[in-house]
Amino acid sequence: MKKENKNIGAFLSEYGVFIALAILVVIISAISPEFRQPGNFLNLLRQASFNGLIAFGMTCVILSGGIDLSVGSTFALSAIVCAEMIGHGVPVIVAVPVALLVGVALGLISGLLVTKGRLQPFIATLITMTAYRGLAMILTDGKPISRLAESSGDSLLFKAMGKGNFIFTFAPDFKIPIPIIILVVVFAIMYFVLKHTVFGRRLYATGSNAKCAALTGVNINRVKMSVYAVSGFLSALAGLIMISRVDSAQPIMGSGYELDAIAAVALGGTSMNGGRGRIAGTIAGVLIIAVLNNGLNILGVTSYYQSVVKALVILVAVLSDRKR
Amino acid sequence: MKRMIKLLFASLVALCFTACAIVIDGEEKTTSKKVESTGNIGLSISTLNNPFFVTLVEGAKKAAADMKLQLTVVDAGDDVAKQASDIEDLVSKNVSVLIVNAVDSDALTSAVKVALSKGVKVIAVDRAINGVDVDCQIASDNVAGAEMATQYIVDKLGEGVVTAELQGTLGSSAAIDRGKGFHNIADKKLKVAASQTANFNRAEGMSVMENMLQARGNIAAVFAANDEMALGAVEASSGAGKKVMVVGFDATDDAIAAIKAGRMAATIAQQPALIGETAVKTASEIVNGKTVEKNIPVKVTLVTAENAGK
Repeated sequence: MKKENKNIGAFLSEYGVFIALAILVVIISAISPEFRQPGNFLNLLRQASFNGLIAFGMTCVILSGGIDLSVGSTFALSAIVCAEMIGHGVPVIVAVPVALLVGVALGLISGLLVTKGRLQPFIATLITMTAYRGLAMILTDGKPISRLAESSGDSLLFKAMGKGNFIFTFAPDFKIPIPIIILVVVFAIMYFVLKHTVFGRRLYATGSNAKCAALTGVNINRVKMSVYAVSGFLSALAGLIMISRVDSAQPIMGSGYELDAIAAVALGGTSMNGGRGRIAGTIAGVLIIAVLNNGLNILGVTSYYQSVVKALVILVAVLSDRKR
Repeated sequence: MKRMIKLLFASLVALCFTACAIVIDGEEKTTSKKVESTGNIGLSISTLNNPFFVTLVEGAKKAAADMKLQLTVVDAGDDVAKQASDIEDLVSKNVSVLIVNAVDSDALTSAVKVALSKGVKVIAVDRAINGVDVDCQIASDNVAGAEMATQYIVDKLGEGVVTAELQGTLGSSAAIDRGKGFHNIADKKLKVAASQTANFNRAEGMSVMENMLQARGNIAAVFAANDEMALGAVEASSGAGKKVMVVGFDATDDAIAAIKAGRMAATIAQQPALIGETAVKTASEIVNGKTVEKNIPVKVTLVTAENAGK
């Protein structure tokens, strides 16, 4: 799997996405003085944290040779479960872990359909995506659940997840948004797990050749169940950060997020067939999408054109990242 | 090396426990640094997938071009999270005035609070933003619209005719304002036989109207607080074989078709382009240091068989 040839093609394939990100940041910074303010970069990173968390889970699923279309619905359904609990007076300290467990359970259902049900991952998660979205609608009657901070009794934990900033008391102007800290911590864990643990090696083995992996004693069903559980957990986490940030949970929230996550993973150079890819590439992909969303807004590009520009940049980045 | 790392980690943890704090966006006691006024205007629109808001943006853009103002429009695509990000982006862009058409009145509180704390002036258009004190609120004049519709009944059928009112969902601002407009005219010039809610819903509008006709056979006109209920009332009165003049609100496509076909008498149309234009004009007044009204109602128009479909 390792690339021996050290020519330009290999270099591009290794670092293409990082180069694309750097070029993009330099170009937009050159055009727009507002974009290059430090405050805007923090703003951009915070905006990236939702797609980042979801895309990390997606990376695992895709590495295992699957795909998870249900992330956006899981994001919404777990967040709504949390919001409903808070609305009914359940303390935040209970509601948050329960909602995260709901995310894991929703992921495990997708995993069961794939392993025991022997459905193709695309179909299995298309089913769960549709079902979870419907459940989110049923739970809320299609209406948003609002003023959550108020119902939670002004809980600091609840507000801090999405709206909190970490500061040192001796430098109060230097604020690090909590969602960015969560993103960095999850990234570090994922990086370690994929690179330095037995589970990481089993995951790559399952994705590159499931039959071989099974013959060498890897329980591929267990690996597959785990990746969908991780994906469900991280989607739920992103959902909780989101409802804290906007102080409201909508049944339609997160629709289309699976596409942004898949785009980030593809940008990051992870093979859609599984078995090859890096979590560092995914974070670069996430940042490219966030820079585009934020930069095009600041440049005042009409929203209709924004989608086309985004598609073009993704196309160019993916082409330049292609294995020669 | 390992010991060094351990030591570093331990001191970092210690630092975190002693010298750290968590602050929540929009709740800081000291306001953030105010940025210098650029005179630029940002408009965050709920969706450009709905003709009403597309027209509103067009009106705003035209006004900005006429007044040579720089206007940046961002489209939230009906996604509250995207709208919160959009507002942050506009604040990053140093806009002086932020015009916000909220996807959800309750979901923007913190994003708008942060903008206000940075000295950005905020105008809410079409929908309110709950939980914050914005500088100005611009929406269609529901009271005047309902007055116009009611006056039309008086003009056509004369004073003192027996009239019924179909109210909107009780407690909603549209229902309250439209009801107020109706009663401003009707209490003086018409004989109000019944006022009941049908929750802005066509099927309910029909059954409530059927019941009203059962109880009071002499109802000559109905004011409905939206077109859906009005169309329900049209069905009910034609089902009962009675000729009742029905006036609605909103100018939906269905209602305009019904007016053209002579089944409904009139409806009230909002003017999204004028709302957009008013928002930009108000923003420019704020930029120039003028004080503006907290609430600015925008004129609505009466749609009848003569001008329907124009």
